[in-house]
Amino acid sequence: MSRGYFNEFGGRFVPETLIPALDELEEVYLELKEDPDFKAQLKSLLADYSGRPTSLYYAEQLSSHYGGAKIYLKREDLNHTGAHKINNTLGQILLAVKMGKKRIIAETGAGQHGVATATVAARFNLDCQVYMGTEDIERQALNVYKMEMLGAEVIPVTSGTQTLKDATNEAIRDWVTNVEDTHYIIGSVVGPHPYPMMVRDFQRIIGDETREQIMKKEGRLPDYILACVGGGSNAMGIFYPFVEDKEVNLVGIEASGSGIESGKHAATLSAGRVGVLHGSKSYLLQDEDGQIIPAYSISAGLDYPGVGPEHSYLKTIERVEYQSATDMEAVNAFRLLSEKEGIIPALESSHALSYLEKLAPELDSTAIIVVNLSGRGDKDINNFKKIREAEADA
Amino acid sequence: MLNISEQFKGKKPLITYISGGDPSLEMTEKIIYRLQDEGVDIIEIGIPFSDPLADGPVIQAASQRALENGTSLKKLIAKIKDIKANVKVPIVLMGYYNSVLNYGEHQFAKDISEAGISGVIIPDLPVDERAKLTEELKAKGVSQILLVTPNTSEKRLEEIAAKCSGFLYCVALLGTTGDAREPYPELEGYLNRVRRFSGDLPLGLGFGIDGPEKVKKIINYPDGIIIGSALIEAIQIGNTETEMLNNAGEFVREIKRAIKDYS
Repeated sequence: MSRGYFNEFGGRFVPETLIPALDELEEVYLELKEDPDFKAQLKSLLADYSGRPTSLYYAEQLSSHYGGAKIYLKREDLNHTGAHKINNTLGQILLAVKMGKKRIIAETGAGQHGVATATVAARFNLDCQVYMGTEDIERQALNVYKMEMLGAEVIPVTSGTQTLKDATNEAIRDWVTNVEDTHYIIGSVVGPHPYPMMVRDFQRIIGDETREQIMKKEGRLPDYILACVGGGSNAMGIFYPFVEDKEVNLVGIEASGSGIESGKHAATLSAGRVGVLHGSKSYLLQDEDGQIIPAYSISAGLDYPGVGPEHSYLKTIERVEYQSATDMEAVNAFRLLSEKEGIIPALESSHALSYLEKLAPELDSTAIIVVNLSGRGDKDINNFKKIREAEADA
Repeated sequence: MLNISEQFKGKKPLITYISGGDPSLEMTEKIIYRLQDEGVDIIEIGIPFSDPLADGPVIQAASQRALENGTSLKKLIAKIKDIKANVKVPIVLMGYYNSVLNYGEHQFAKDISEAGISGVIIPDLPVDERAKLTEELKAKGVSQILLVTPNTSEKRLEEIAAKCSGFLYCVALLGTTGDAREPYPELEGYLNRVRRFSGDLPLGLGFGIDGPEKVKKIINYPDGIIIGSALIEAIQIGNTETEMLNNAGEFVREIKRAIKDYS
């Protein structure tokens, strides 16, 4: 029987070698999920190691800048390692330990998931190798140093487009070869079942906290929740607990790079077609022969030609609206938040922030918007410096 | 179309894999002729794909070369259809599910059966996944060759064997294609376990069989062997078309000799 579907999306499209590992992972996960000791251990790590709950911050300056809705930021950037990624890696490392695995592998694009994986591997004393495209290694050098400092080995991936897609291929090949002693910590709500479900469950704490915090501060649910979507884990995390609350508008913002019409973008849901990549059926950027088209975005974390299958489902049932933001829009939002609020956001999260420009002024001052500030922007400073130089030359 | 299981009667067939369109579709045609002239029993042709995650570096590179010169699934099927009358051994297409899904499962089954293709192998489409392909292939009489691996459970072996036709593709080790480490240490036990469920289906063994020495070690256990990466490497060493074809011929003769000598 096939399983792990969100309507037509999802599944386990992987080589037969991985089926026993996926079966084991699903079984152990479903068992531990309900286990009081596991829940207590994870809760305590999230609190004392990562610093949860992260705050829900009323961005007063940004709100008055747009002169419309009240804008709140869910501060996932305040997590240990600087992004929401640690919510998932802490959960998965506990599973790996429970399954008796000796070695951890991961793929990374921006390096945030790589750092979050290297961090928990160090904490739980497991060997760790992280696959990263050579182009991303250059774009995100700071995170490469961090991973090495944490004792992980960063393996450069030179095949294909040398970005997240190819790093994921290499990680899957490694897993096929070392499946008996290795756990693969996938960093987003992508890949074969049970990953999309499991990663979503580990990330839903973002939405669960947001609900509690906004009820305390405003006594009601927000009108809008915005989050950026690459693979889509921070968005699934904050959206999921609100899916049944129809009055809450959920908006996912993809990266449209140089613009969808330029062909240089990563707007999978906005401009892709249904296909199979990295073990699940979902929207994909592909050409007429079914070859995967390399994605492009200034942000390494959104530079992915696929998207989590549950997002494809939420799109087709029209529960979530998917929009996109260009490189320039993201850079402007990056600058604006830094200047107005003294918070430097990740370029990934800046895509979600940029949508405020269109949305916030249209709403009146009683409306409430929550933006998932999924990560902090230290890693992007070099990138930003280059942009400023380019702007000065222009 | 030619019958795959017939090739297993009275001998241990040599099944070879080449990547379709590498380095060109014209060359694929010539390699097919040379392989069949040298006594290859079944020819697998890879559908080039941008993200071949079950393949090692040799087949990844071959797939990339084919894509760079513009090979598509449509052109590959058309080529095989064109040369149908000259092909004397069963042709099997091997590729990734996205290529087939994108082509359309119904159309794919129809077009390949018209091209005389005898079987299909999709390594990222497990037996229990939702896909129309199995029914579509069955309706056209095209074999669906499924894979088992050393860690496949008995419950799945039973399910896979029941739905597989042509031959059962036994992956020799936990790894990707071209992985030249020694095959799974308990190869004999593994294949015996598979045989408890495989009934009349012949067992083909592949992944990492890279030359006569390896053939000698494993040939007693399966009903046939599959070689891909090592053949592609031998072909690649050639500087001219003639050298490439001669290399393919020589490689096949050595392997055929090893099969005969050691089985």
